[in-house]
Amino acid sequence: MDGTPGTLPRRGLLAAGAALVVAFSLRNEAEAQEKPVPTSGPRPVPLGRAESFLAFHRDGRVEVFTGKVDLGTGIRIAIMQMVADELDLPLSRVSLIEGDTDLTPDQGPTWGSLSIQVAGAAIRQAAATARHHLLARASAHLGVPAANLIVLDGNVHPRVGGASVSFAELLGDAPLALAVDREAPRKRAADYQVVGKSIPRPDVPGKVTGTHTYMQDLRLPGMIHARIVFPPAVGARLVSLDEGSVRGIPGVLRVLRRESFIAILAEDEWAAIRGHDTLRAEWTRWEGLPEQAKLYETLRAGPFAKTDTAGAKGDAAAALGTSARRFEATYDFAMQSHASMGPSCAVAQWDGRRMTVWSATQATHWTRLEVARMLGLEQPQVRVLYLDGAGCYGRNGHEDAAAQAALIAHILAGTELAGRPIRVQWMRADEHGWDPKGPPTLIALKAGLDASGNIAAWSSEYWIPQTTELAPIENLALSFAGIAQKTVINPGNIHNNAVPGYEIPNHLATLHRLTEPPLRASWIRSPGRMQNAYAIEAFMDELAHAAGADPVAYRLRHLKDERGAAVLRAAAEKAGWREGQAAQGPKDDAILRGRGVAYARYEARTYIACVAEVEVERASGKIRVTRCVVGHDCGQVINPDGLANQIEGQVVQTVSRTLIEEVTFDRSRVTSLDWASYPILTFPDVPKVEIASIERQDEPPWGAGEMAAVVIPPAVSNAVFDATGVRMRSIPYTPEKVRAALAGRA
Amino acid sequence: MATDVALTVNGSARTVRVEDPQTPLLYVLRNQFALNGPKYGCGLGQCGACTVLVDGEARRSCSLPAAQAAGRAITTLEGLGTPENPHPIQKAFISEQAVQCGYCINGMIMQSAAFLAKNKAPSEAEIREALKDNLCRCGTHVRILAAVQRAASDMGRG
Ligand code: FES
Ligand code: FES
Repeated sequence: MDGTPGTLPRRGLLAAGAALVVAFSLRNEAEAQEKPVPTSGPRPVPLGRAESFLAFHRDGRVEVFTGKVDLGTGIRIAIMQMVADELDLPLSRVSLIEGDTDLTPDQGPTWGSLSIQVAGAAIRQAAATARHHLLARASAHLGVPAANLIVLDGNVHPRVGGASVSFAELLGDAPLALAVDREAPRKRAADYQVVGKSIPRPDVPGKVTGTHTYMQDLRLPGMIHARIVFPPAVGARLVSLDEGSVRGIPGVLRVLRRESFIAILAEDEWAAIRGHDTLRAEWTRWEGLPEQAKLYETLRAGPFAKTDTAGAKGDAAAALGTSARRFEATYDFAMQSHASMGPSCAVAQWDGRRMTVWSATQATHWTRLEVARMLGLEQPQVRVLYLDGAGCYGRNGHEDAAAQAALIAHILAGTELAGRPIRVQWMRADEHGWDPKGPPTLIALKAGLDASGNIAAWSSEYWIPQTTELAPIENLALSFAGIAQKTVINPGNIHNNAVPGYEIPNHLATLHRLTEPPLRASWIRSPGRMQNAYAIEAFMDELAHAAGADPVAYRLRHLKDERGAAVLRAAAEKAGWREGQAAQGPKDDAILRGRGVAYARYEARTYIACVAEVEVERASGKIRVTRCVVGHDCGQVINPDGLANQIEGQVVQTVSRTLIEEVTFDRSRVTSLDWASYPILTFPDVPKVEIASIERQDEPPWGAGEMAAVVIPPAVSNAVFDATGVRMRSIPYTPEKVRAALAGRA
Repeated sequence: MATDVALTVNGSARTVRVEDPQTPLLYVLRNQFALNGPKYGCGLGQCGACTVLVDGEARRSCSLPAAQAAGRAITTLEGLGTPENPHPIQKAFISEQAVQCGYCINGMIMQSAAFLAKNKAPSEAEIREALKDNLCRCGTHVRILAAVQRAASDMGRG
């Protein structure tokens, strides 16, 4: 070996005088993560305290602590912008620490597009509280009424000039100690300096030059490379293991086994991979998965943990019976993978008293709880630190890899390998095969129109996995090792957006919650909301068509919410939508063209609309989405370019999910294990994206990380109908399905 | 059989010992040179995350045995530029903020570097074609296209 394998140049990167873990942008994060304890001692973390979120330093810097993490979404800079404005500080003096269970408050997993709306708002209120408090102290110090003071660059000045005092001087040696005051006045939008501006992200220069330390890049001295040997079938158990089969591979340290959990441990990464590929093991047969061809019949058949109602108004059944015209349709949405570009990875180290885990998890605190419970430790004995991974769009394999690394490190206690950091890196097939999936969803809809074509009744049934509080996502470390599941992470509120966001006098939404989804289910970007909105908005299009109405006008007829209507109009206008124009493209050409619209309000938050334009190749059945115009109102916009980046990403990713993506499986296991068998959208097929963003700076900010996604599948679907005259109802819209649909019509 | 391999990486010559001459270049660059630009995405030559330049050609380092790279000029993302002094393509990616998670971006930039060396004034369609085997899960494509176009025009001007 050439010296110590790839240790990072650590010491040299410490900026002189930087006593604390600091500015995200200024230092190597591996360094920050490795020696992350501020000199000021353990951090307070209660959610109701300003000092949990903010640390004021003598040199005028302010550190922000958040339990949310930046999964490539830009929340890092956005939260810094919010704090800088609230405290009247230049952005260069604000830095951010995220996702470290020793240092950051537990603000819940980074999910549901709540980082700005909830976590950011909490931090903003803490900053407002601190500012208010510091102004009061400055007033006493300077003998000037607070109303006559202004803050410039962290210094408090009398409005009329004269002696000033800095935040740092006001605090002296006593750190901030302050309950968050919910009533503390916040700045007015008109006074913002950086909120509302497209400030570049601090992580981008490092990411484009190879100097940003990702989870996968963390190398600690003495680190052991581990590869997990996954079972050949979802429920297979290990019968026997031939350790001798890997003995000849130089660098392999040992094969670790606990029940059906197997890890190859090696000094060198390639040796671990060779061991992984070479190991001979015998497993039990297992064929417990449903037949893929009958997947949706399986969903319909149950069994169900419960059947309940997501929303009801009036008497849908009776109104359906008396409607002038009745319609029904069944939609389904395929099982999909997160398919993150970088397979899951984690490093864990057990020093005999404490377990430290580095992970790209979106849920550092929950992961701490899972690891602690798995090992029978108290939570404070476990520290989980976030490092950026490849984008994850929900709970993928990170939490499994984190627990696997911790389990290995713990098992090695007392051996000659004790105390060494363990790096678990999944292989591509592990990620595609074993990440928990976006569950397949079946949705049956019925509606009745009155004599004037308006919707009089609507009823919907959803076949979905159990959700919140009912069914936690099992952690593979525990299931393989035969440890009873003690997990706390569940698939989220996937029944949200099950009720159409229109004025409908009678409606009923029924949820059939499956006892067991076919494969581990989790949330993937806009979980449930996307599937539900797809069916609702495609069906809405069917009704508009039946009523002989323009799809935009028909939606507006049923939409009383002015902000919603404004977003729909904005998208339609930007797209050049003309009522009644080109309802269906020419159909005898080799290429059929169409456009479609969809609208939704994500929960009781962000409004979104999309106009999509498509081309359908008649012979091949291939759909190309050529243009998507997105209308978006998430209230106050913190960073417009960050918002645009998120919307563009959602359009491309969701077009991919709409047209291409479906997990395949046989009775034993997932069979779409690489990018050839689970392809995603590539450059030649990427649509143009245009955005009509309605900024409402005086309103509170809502989420934007997964809202636009919900309108993409129905907008594309409706455009395909517009182009072909054929209504497709099963995602993904692969060329085979399109050809079959076109043939059926002909 | 442990083997010594003489590599020229980002302009400096270095000899490394690998236990297996089939060890992919990716792991040598990452673990022995601490060059983290190239990323492990699939190990199958399917995604492009591991792309480096070998004698100016874009190659998938996950599928290239280190021994086969001996004696050839290897350039990684780090060899193009630094945060302080970025290469025009890196600069264009910063200007366009053409990153979400950024895990794929090494491949996007390295593939573009090889491509722009041959085609100095590409159309958007040509860029799409050149990057068609580089995958991005975050959907950053729209910005990546803009960044590569910007880089082409900046480099043409420079
Ligand atoms: S990691 Fe080399 S092509 Fe995917
Ligand atoms: S930016 Fe995340 S994979 Fe491309």
